[in-house]
Amino acid sequence: MENKQTPLGHIGFSIFAWIVGLLIFFPIFWMVLTSFKTELEAVSIPPSFISFDWTLENYAEVQARSDYFRFAMNSVILSVGSTLVGLLFAVPCAWAMAFNPTKRTKDALLWMLSTKMMPPVGVLVPIYLVFRDWGLLDTRFGLIMVLFLMNLPIMVWMLYTYFKEIPSDILEAARMDGATLPKEIIFVLLPMAVPGIASTMLLNIILAWNEAFWTLNLTTADAAPLTAFIASYSSPEGLFWSKLSAASTLAVAPILIIGWFSQKQLVRGLTFGAVK
Amino acid sequence: MGAIRLEKVKKTFGTLDVIPGVDLDINDGEFVVFVGPSGCGKSTLLRLIAGLEDVTDGKILINGVDVANEAPAKRGLSMVFQSYALYPHMTVYNNIAFGLKMAGESKAVIDEKVQNAAKILNLTDYLERRPGALSGGQRQRVAIGRAIVRNPAAFLFDEPLSNLDAALRVNMRLEITGLHQELKTTMIYVTHDQVEAMTMADKIVVLQAGRVEQVGKPMDLYNNPANKFVAGFIGSPKMNFIGGDYAKKHDCHEIGIRPEHVAVSTESGDLPATVKIAEHLGAETYLHVNAEGFGPMTVRATGEVPLGEHDKIWLTPEQDRIHRFDANGIALGKL
Repeated sequence: MENKQTPLGHIGFSIFAWIVGLLIFFPIFWMVLTSFKTELEAVSIPPSFISFDWTLENYAEVQARSDYFRFAMNSVILSVGSTLVGLLFAVPCAWAMAFNPTKRTKDALLWMLSTKMMPPVGVLVPIYLVFRDWGLLDTRFGLIMVLFLMNLPIMVWMLYTYFKEIPSDILEAARMDGATLPKEIIFVLLPMAVPGIASTMLLNIILAWNEAFWTLNLTTADAAPLTAFIASYSSPEGLFWSKLSAASTLAVAPILIIGWFSQKQLVRGLTFGAVK
Repeated sequence: MGAIRLEKVKKTFGTLDVIPGVDLDINDGEFVVFVGPSGCGKSTLLRLIAGLEDVTDGKILINGVDVANEAPAKRGLSMVFQSYALYPHMTVYNNIAFGLKMAGESKAVIDEKVQNAAKILNLTDYLERRPGALSGGQRQRVAIGRAIVRNPAAFLFDEPLSNLDAALRVNMRLEITGLHQELKTTMIYVTHDQVEAMTMADKIVVLQAGRVEQVGKPMDLYNNPANKFVAGFIGSPKMNFIGGDYAKKHDCHEIGIRPEHVAVSTESGDLPATVKIAEHLGAETYLHVNAEGFGPMTVRATGEVPLGEHDKIWLTPEQDRIHRFDANGIALGKL
């Protein structure tokens, strides 16, 4: 159907979209700006946008005070680790739901997604106790398990919608060609599903990287990722905005850069199947 | 060797009996066509033979061995799909080689077999291309090449020409027929197009609602249809059915006469009729007429016939070509 928008309507809509985008981006922008201010300028009224003394002292202090590299490595290990473990389970699960559905498949999928609607704090105590008793507190393994289980419904759902777009007769052709089930998945399904798997992985890495609730509650030192790094810069009183902004910028920079370069994949993965 | 026998093969989806029970014998080297309207179960029957669907009951014997519980790979069959189902991420070479790779053949053997198949199907220049860079006909040939290369006991074709344009369909029909003559392997071919069935088959199986209506050679089905359904399905344009007094004269409930077995004259004949629509094809003319007392009929005249709307004509059915049917649509013998 032809788009019946007038040029004026088109411009108006574009301006509106830009305003929304800038509003959403503003906190990030302000955070980065603040990271280059002194503590005094960070809390000044009226706030200064460009005309202030730009300084790198916050970054220097953050680096001196804590080992950024260790926290960053933990973030990488937790997000990538939980994603890879998640894929091991999500791929066969999504395959079964997409290519061998039963009456209950849609119900199972909805039930899996519904677990995401429950606030995590509802299960904090039992999980904390289990972790304590099993010696999993402040371990990367323990966190990987929690993060992978938390994001598994989303991984399964994304892969399921992607797999549903793959014609089933190509997999049947592989079966006729003598492929056993694992070979059918490895040689035919996965190569065809690479874009969907890539977007699922990217989204999961981002979600796991930004996850704060479990990482703050279940880690102290050894397995603490960048979320704990940022939290350590919050104090109940005193001036800390600039340093917090610097720490936050260092924490989100890697994932922002990855997200920027893979935005096409991310959008494709999130909207695939929604629009024919 | 590719002799296939179906014994009381049944398929149920939930409470729906899609195939109530089919018995069929397919001899080694035969070209058998399953034909019928959409939803008649012909593709389901093919998929049951292939192993892509599980039988609810019954036996599927390939060379005497019941394979009803075997995986598709273990049945020694190859299938060509309606949508070709080529692997889009592999080259033509790898598409054809995939089955051999799964069978664990050596690289040298794979290369020899792929090159042979490519030569038979004129694909040698396209081996390094991906399916996306091929035309419909080329893709179809790659799908056939993928099937040939495994040297199966039988080929299964699931409406392979449906996605091609009319001219290409005719060419591919001849190619597949030629392939059958060359390879002499059993082929089971599913189509809803009775022209494909009539021109390609050694034996046609006409299906309706999961039931086999009739099995026989193309001309047997054409000359001696077992019932009204087969009579109306085989032959294009469709057979004319006339009831009432004319049928009573022939001692039956309804008579059938094919359009090509009715003589057309502008001067005299048995039945007067008025032309409603004339379809001029050059080699023949189809006249859709209103026969007085009988209603609409279709008749075929050879060559160009200068007739059009409102023209009055006379129709004379060839008496020895009249088919008689009882009230249940079952064919009665000739009078």
